[in-house]
Amino acid sequence: MPLWLFAFFAIIAVVSALGVILQRHPVHCLLALALALLDIGALFIGLGAEALGFLQIIIYVGAIMVLFLFVIWLLNLQREGLATERIGLKVIGTLAAAALGAELCALLVHAGPAPAAPLPVDYGSLRSLARLLFANYLVAFEVTSALLLAAMVGAIGLARRIPGTNAVAAPPSDVADRLRSAAG
Amino acid sequence: MNTLNLANLGFAWLPLLPLIAVAVGAAIILLVGVRLEDEDSAGLGILALGVLLVSFVCTLFTIGVNAEAFGGALLTDDYTAFFEIVIQAAAAISVALSLDYAADNGLAGAEYYSLVLFAVLGMMLMAAAGDLIIVFLGLETMSIAVYALAGFVRREARSSEAALKYFLLGAFSTGFLLYGIALIYGATGTVHLDGIRAAIVARAASQPYLELGVGLMVIGFGFKVAAAPFHAWTPDAYEGAPTPITAFMATGVKLAAFASFVRVFMIYLGPAAAQWSGVLWVLAALTMTVGNVVALVQDNIKRMLAYSAIAHAGYALVGMTAAGSAAAVLYYLVAYAFATLGAFAVVIVLERRATAGLRIADYRGLAQTRPGLAAAMTLFMLSLTGVPPLAGFVGKLYVFAAAVDSGHVPLVVIAVINSAISAYYYIGVIVAMYMQEGTPEIEPSGASPGVLIGVAIAALAVVLIGIAPTPYMNAARDAFAAAAGPPAQATAFAR
Repeated sequence: MPLWLFAFFAIIAVVSALGVILQRHPVHCLLALALALLDIGALFIGLGAEALGFLQIIIYVGAIMVLFLFVIWLLNLQREGLATERIGLKVIGTLAAAALGAELCALLVHAGPAPAAPLPVDYGSLRSLARLLFANYLVAFEVTSALLLAAMVGAIGLARRIPGTNAVAAPPSDVADRLRSAAG
Repeated sequence: MNTLNLANLGFAWLPLLPLIAVAVGAAIILLVGVRLEDEDSAGLGILALGVLLVSFVCTLFTIGVNAEAFGGALLTDDYTAFFEIVIQAAAAISVALSLDYAADNGLAGAEYYSLVLFAVLGMMLMAAAGDLIIVFLGLETMSIAVYALAGFVRREARSSEAALKYFLLGAFSTGFLLYGIALIYGATGTVHLDGIRAAIVARAASQPYLELGVGLMVIGFGFKVAAAPFHAWTPDAYEGAPTPITAFMATGVKLAAFASFVRVFMIYLGPAAAQWSGVLWVLAALTMTVGNVVALVQDNIKRMLAYSAIAHAGYALVGMTAAGSAAAVLYYLVAYAFATLGAFAVVIVLERRATAGLRIADYRGLAQTRPGLAAAMTLFMLSLTGVPPLAGFVGKLYVFAAAVDSGHVPLVVIAVINSAISAYYYIGVIVAMYMQEGTPEIEPSGASPGVLIGVAIAALAVVLIGIAPTPYMNAARDAFAAAAGPPAQATAFAR
């Protein structure tokens, strides 16, 4: 992958990631996220990991993003809540993020590129990916399924109706109030 | 190369058994729970206790094995077994505390108990992890389950707030941990802990990336053990979560996080200690001081115990700055866990619906109405303060002595001053119970057999581990020695 192409995709990745957190409308954030994930898939392909890159695009951009979009439409989000956020928190957060970013940049520029290891022969192929996933990292692969099951159980536990009532949870406005008062 | 041979993967059933037991148990509870009403969930709790017992028996078979499996992904040594047993005990007591609490508060029983078991699975993986991927996945499995559990009292906005705050900040901190892992992989070319140590020893690791990665991992772990300045989520999350889950968070989560933190840093990043022990020094001093000073002004007992949990993470970090004191840290964590579990059990007895009965003022006169409970609470408070001959005192003694031995005298001075400060708020509870007039209301469900058994076991443990510390300290020493020594089957790596 030529450096200019890498730089091109890298800039898109950063800009779209910023778009995820800076835009107000959830659907816009989501589209920015889809772009970021697509872009990372392109980076994977450019680095020679074709199988991983295509899987990333098919699964994240194709499947998960669409699900996200459905959920947002189903929830029918209103444009509220964000308008009352504290300006002080925003300033502090931006300053802290900028400080950390500057620190990381300084260190990484000072460090130069990390030493590159020689690539295995069938690097990037579906076969080598499968071997890593189902042999070298077998335990990690199985644990991931337990992790996803736990997340599902947790989501169901939180979203079920409270017995005897029609409500699913404390009114969201109460929660938002508590979060806001705590943030100030 | 075209066929996969299980033996080549280092496949072994033994290290998996305790993990499989809890994972299968969690699934069984879900299946059984489908047909049950939420009010009848106590039976599922008993089932969860049975699952933990099976897992415990499986763990007993792994004691003394000291081998690695799956190409080093899981380490089956006494260190793993030590933490697995303590985590199983903490989870079992938390489940016992939940039996009536969950049913009375209308918590969804099947999901509740299966999530507790999934969290235990994650915690045990963190203790057993031999590579950073397993550390991360164990941490996430534990955290996701606990994020959800914190929000299980759905009619309380406070509980939803706890879950949301814990989740958002937790996800944020996990990002730091993951970035740290990625940079360490970049610096050393491996995620396996022994490979990382070998690279550091051979000076083959790229230094700036390694330093950066280690720093980011300190942030990630610091969040999970609630070390200042990464502690901001703790009081709100602990206060809002259902109290048995608060007890579980303060003990199980902390034990697992320290299990991983100590193993990764003190053993495998030990050769690079010069790069992180200074950071831990500052974290320890800050954590102790913030936890104890802020705890002074709390009037809600759950918040007070939350800050106490922060302070105790600080004492454990004191032990981590000293190379020779890992065993003391292990002992300290056990002592802390039982006293904290007991204290939260007493909190459950007095807690009433709509989060009443949680002020320290509500404990006035408890000694007259429930002398046994008041005596147990006194034991827990004194152990947390560090009064001899209780477990907390012996733990502090071991940790501070080891820190002095490795020349961290100023840090120990700070720790001792902090212990003195902590006496004020711990003894405040005792004063309220014994010397002030009042008629505390006891929720009938709170004084259920499960809770009382939990109080009794914790009280017994605090006394026994304190007056006869030698076997427990020896177990901790053996555990650490087994983890620090080369595993029997690891031929690629020699110390």
